[in-house]
Amino acid sequence: MTGIVEYLTIFALAAFVGIEVVSKVPSVLHTPLMSGSNAIHGIVLVGALLVMGESRGPLEIGLGFVAVLLATANVVGGFVVTDRMLEMFQSKTPSRRVAPPSTERGTSNADAKATGASNGAMRDDTK
Amino acid sequence: MIAVSFPLTTWRDLVYLVAIVGFVVALKGLSSPRGARRGNLVGAASAAVAVAMTFSDSTVYHSATNVTLALIAMAIGAALAVPAARLVKMTAMPQMVAAFNGVGGGAAALVSVVEWLHWHSTGTHPATYQIAEVLLGVIIGSVSFSGSTIAFAKLQEIMATRPITYPAQQAINAAAGIALLALTLAAIVTGTVGYVYAILALAFGLGVALVLPIGGADVPVLISLLNSFTGLAVAASGFTLRNNLLIVAGTLVGASGIILTRLMSQAMGRSLTNILFSAFGAVVTANTSLEGAGGRSVRSSTPVDVGVLLAYSSKVVIVPGYGLAVAQAQHVVKELADSLASRGVKVAYAIHPVAGRMPGHMNVLLAEADVSYDDLEEMDEANAEMATTDVALVVGANDTVNPAAVDSPGSPIYGMPIIHTDRAAHIVFLKRSMRPGFAGIDNELLFNDKTVMLFGDAKETLQKLVAAIADL
Repeated sequence: MTGIVEYLTIFALAAFVGIEVVSKVPSVLHTPLMSGSNAIHGIVLVGALLVMGESRGPLEIGLGFVAVLLATANVVGGFVVTDRMLEMFQSKTPSRRVAPPSTERGTSNADAKATGASNGAMRDDTK
Repeated sequence: MIAVSFPLTTWRDLVYLVAIVGFVVALKGLSSPRGARRGNLVGAASAAVAVAMTFSDSTVYHSATNVTLALIAMAIGAALAVPAARLVKMTAMPQMVAAFNGVGGGAAALVSVVEWLHWHSTGTHPATYQIAEVLLGVIIGSVSFSGSTIAFAKLQEIMATRPITYPAQQAINAAAGIALLALTLAAIVTGTVGYVYAILALAFGLGVALVLPIGGADVPVLISLLNSFTGLAVAASGFTLRNNLLIVAGTLVGASGIILTRLMSQAMGRSLTNILFSAFGAVVTANTSLEGAGGRSVRSSTPVDVGVLLAYSSKVVIVPGYGLAVAQAQHVVKELADSLASRGVKVAYAIHPVAGRMPGHMNVLLAEADVSYDDLEEMDEANAEMATTDVALVVGANDTVNPAAVDSPGSPIYGMPIIHTDRAAHIVFLKRSMRPGFAGIDNELLFNDKTVMLFGDAKETLQKLVAAIADL
């Protein structure tokens, strides 16, 4: 029974860490955070591999197989999709500074418009 | 010197510990715009290292058949998930997250089920608390799996997005909950193998029943909650397998998911219990739709007229919603904003915290179109400036600007903070049709004297607007 208490201690402390870590996240990042934490729980793959290894008989092995498959989809897909999302966030950070109030706006906007338009055209091709 | 004499299990636990730290760093990184992408990569690397290290465990490889099958399953899982994750459109992101969350929950439930079956096939007699852990994993995992499946179907619009209600819904759900509790207790006391199937089925049904009455803008909050559930199910399998990595990773996600869910429901001005159990009644919906469908007419306008109105304004606020995502109009909206800005019009985007189908959905879309962060205003900021705004341009938003949330106590969305476009001098509504929003209720704002409508696909209409302004 001592084992379980140790695990419960770890559980309680991890809960506080989880709460502390995300308590100040800006709403801009709610989607990537949700998607990223979604990928992290895909680590259940480790558990799926362990039960799959010790499985005996077709029923256990069959269910274990499905568990490994689903967990892999969760962990791999989760990280890939989150990275794709964040890539878009990052691509524009270096090129942009604080928005200029009024006068300089004309030139900088012409540039932005050009890239925006070509970007749009590319998108249309892919669809 | 000492380290060399560590047994393999200790090394494995140390690698798991490194992965745990990696996950905490990942979550921390994801909470700030600068470190987000790096955080995610740290998380992915941690997961990869932990999974690779798991193969050093003799439990995994002692049966050649099982390990081969496991590798095949991993290959199939990755082969399915990578293209899906790569090719999914940005607009379909909420469904994708719901789907990945569902499979994670399913995997956690299955891990617990297999462990249970394994005890029986090997004649092990687990302690009572071990049975409880396994059943917890089964229950939370299945609820998360079936709930996410229904949420996916709703978001993908395979099934009606409206809340689905039926007579005595609450009573039936409560009865199912009690039955589940009774079965769980019976299973713990007797330890009979068959109970786990009944529990699996009942928890599965409960997940469906829990999600059916949730609709409208509440679905994103629901996904966040289900994400948290999957985390807890993973933690439960961690207890079963005596694995610190699963306990910590699952708990981190569970706890952070609950905080995220709370932040979101606060943004909607409602409590979580209200979101989950208020069951957007059919009665209320009927009442409000009577008002709207009373044959009143709206004012429709042309792109040329609206183009003039926009071009000669001094301040325009764009209010995007899910319609923007559906029409893939984020690039054109940026083009319109740029052409207005080049004429000296001040343009800003007012982002409602739950605009779209998930929080931050609009931010992701507009980021894709290269819109600067500085032009994005959060709801409170936008509302404060609305009185000095000439034109509020509503692009595919509906419920998030519906004044019923403020002045109609019977409305299902009553109490949700909205973007007060009605305080602007003019309101221009880009809409496909008079169809109500995701919450399935009419919008009084459409009949406001200050409102003009531009019917049609948002992308086409915006292109016409850009052309009209260019011709001025």
